[in-house]
Amino acid sequence: MASDQATTPPPPPLPEIQSHDLSQVIVLHPPPVFNYFMDLFSKKFHLLKAWESPLPLHEFLTNHAHSAQAMLCSGTGPSISADIIRLLPSLRLVATTSAGLNHIDLTECRNRGISIANAGEAFSEDVADLAVGLLIDVFRKVSASDRYVRHGLWATKGDYPLGSKLGGKRIGIVGLGSIGFQVAKRLEAFGCNISYNSRKRKDFVSYPFYTNVCELAANSDVLIICCGLTEQTRHMINREVLLALGKEGVIVNIGRGAIIHEKELVQCLVQGEIGGAGLDVFENEPDVPKELFELDNVVLAPHMAVFTTESFEDLCDLMIGNLEAFFSKKPLLSPVMNE
Amino acid sequence: MESIGVLMLIPMNTYLEQELQKRYNLFKLWTAPQKPQFIKEHANSIRAVVGNAGAGADAELIEALPRLEIVSSFSVGVDKIDLAKCREKGIRVTNTPDVLTEDVADLAIGLMLAVLRRLCESDRYVRSGKWKKGDYKLTTKFSGKTVGIIGLGRIGMAVAKRAEAFNCPICYYSRTEKSDTKYKYYPSVVELASNCQILVVACPLTEETQHIVNREVMNALGPKGVLINIGRGPHVDEPELVSALVEGRLGGAGLDVYEHEPEVPEELFGLENVVLLPHVGSGTVETRKVMADLVLGNLEAHFLNKPLLTPLV
Repeated sequence: MASDQATTPPPPPLPEIQSHDLSQVIVLHPPPVFNYFMDLFSKKFHLLKAWESPLPLHEFLTNHAHSAQAMLCSGTGPSISADIIRLLPSLRLVATTSAGLNHIDLTECRNRGISIANAGEAFSEDVADLAVGLLIDVFRKVSASDRYVRHGLWATKGDYPLGSKLGGKRIGIVGLGSIGFQVAKRLEAFGCNISYNSRKRKDFVSYPFYTNVCELAANSDVLIICCGLTEQTRHMINREVLLALGKEGVIVNIGRGAIIHEKELVQCLVQGEIGGAGLDVFENEPDVPKELFELDNVVLAPHMAVFTTESFEDLCDLMIGNLEAFFSKKPLLSPVMNE
Repeated sequence: MESIGVLMLIPMNTYLEQELQKRYNLFKLWTAPQKPQFIKEHANSIRAVVGNAGAGADAELIEALPRLEIVSSFSVGVDKIDLAKCREKGIRVTNTPDVLTEDVADLAIGLMLAVLRRLCESDRYVRSGKWKKGDYKLTTKFSGKTVGIIGLGRIGMAVAKRAEAFNCPICYYSRTEKSDTKYKYYPSVVELASNCQILVVACPLTEETQHIVNREVMNALGPKGVLINIGRGPHVDEPELVSALVEGRLGGAGLDVYEHEPEVPEELFGLENVVLLPHVGSGTVETRKVMADLVLGNLEAHFLNKPLLTPLV
């Protein structure tokens, strides 16, 4: 036996994929998908994990990310500011796991010819579903009456107060992009009437278009915020808009917290100037104004519109696909076009 | 008209009560200290009974009211009314179909979203301050899930129409296959449950449909399946439902109705994959007003010898 082994040489060891053979991707802070799928990325790319380093961020980037051509980021963690971009001289792609782009200095990227890829339409359905879920919850008091039942009050205090019918209500969609359109399509099936406000009129729909959000509010029973956060949309929904929406009006926000002037929203809710709200996003997450906890006509969600297993899996595939396309000089799967 | 006696069985709607009081000699059964005595005392003047999902004219009550001509239910479901006895005695029966279809269907979808996306649980998560410690976990996508409907009547069809807008494939079980629909038919509830992810009860409660959702059906629906009950509590074997949920054999449930309302099994209170509503399917200001007007309209038509608006018998 020993002699056999002496004459047959062992097979050569399989080449280990050294992480330095893989393309580098700089990651400042782990995106939420990393909580579930980081190894899928680690297998394909050499992740430069800035958050794991004891070095201050600027030092880490200067010392370790000089040749990184691609970055993976999300809405959480440090903003991708001009300062940070300037520390990454080889950067040619910023891939964000969000649909929103408000955390990225788009001007700096454009000036440097850095491409951007985002989540595209990967979770438009999930976000639209949450918007509709929050709306039905507010109108029909789902969470409030579930609380009521669980506290044993149905047997002792009698029936819960009546809700409001969704059919026939006028829905004002703020931002008729991919998410806004999915929301509209769903609510039409409930017999709702859709109108919208957007930067530009959309030719592919016949819904009434309002050039200004205050007018939209005055002609709607519900406002659903589906737009991105920009300089123009920051605090766009203020007291004036809320008063136009009116005492029976309901607002749903699945965009970004800062699109609504939060202090004024809270005041309007507390004073009964509007009828209710369904909120997935807030100005200072995870801080939520305490006054809202006293209100039964408000439904609160922890920025979870995209947090489904299905969306995370799709997002993972999409981000890996974008990075692979980038490194093999193929077109990105979900590039953000300059508008 | 004031001399016409109308017996209202339980409180159900202030507006309806006030209008009945204005137009008729209204007897409110729930205010009576001794119900059988109360009925005996007023039996000779009671010509109409107004009930709802919670209380109806059963055989005993019908027998005790020799002058009863019409039973008008503030509901679409008439499982609490002895229809056979009414037919036998020539007593008219009306209900409130169509006007509440949309609200019930809206709520069915609301329950699906609330269960799959954990809306109530995550609202609790925010209110309790837990969000400061970390994100909520991943939930399950609703769009695209297969929805199975037991009973493709008005409400079943309205649920299907809404679910289709979420790209949900629709399948159904019915006593007989419907020729005018494109949805996939299954000849048994167990087969339906095996082939869908969300099962909705939307049929009337009869002797045949009692416990139509039993242990076998729940096992077929499975650990990733969700049961939505917007029908009647007795459609579902409630103790079996509780053990299926507690043991994880059933993935979740959205319930608006229970076998012994307003009692709800307390074992369900601690489960995060369950949403519990206090029978609010038609519970909107708008719809309850329309339902009340329909009850009033039917009674008026009857006592004026005109055709009833929404007769069942």
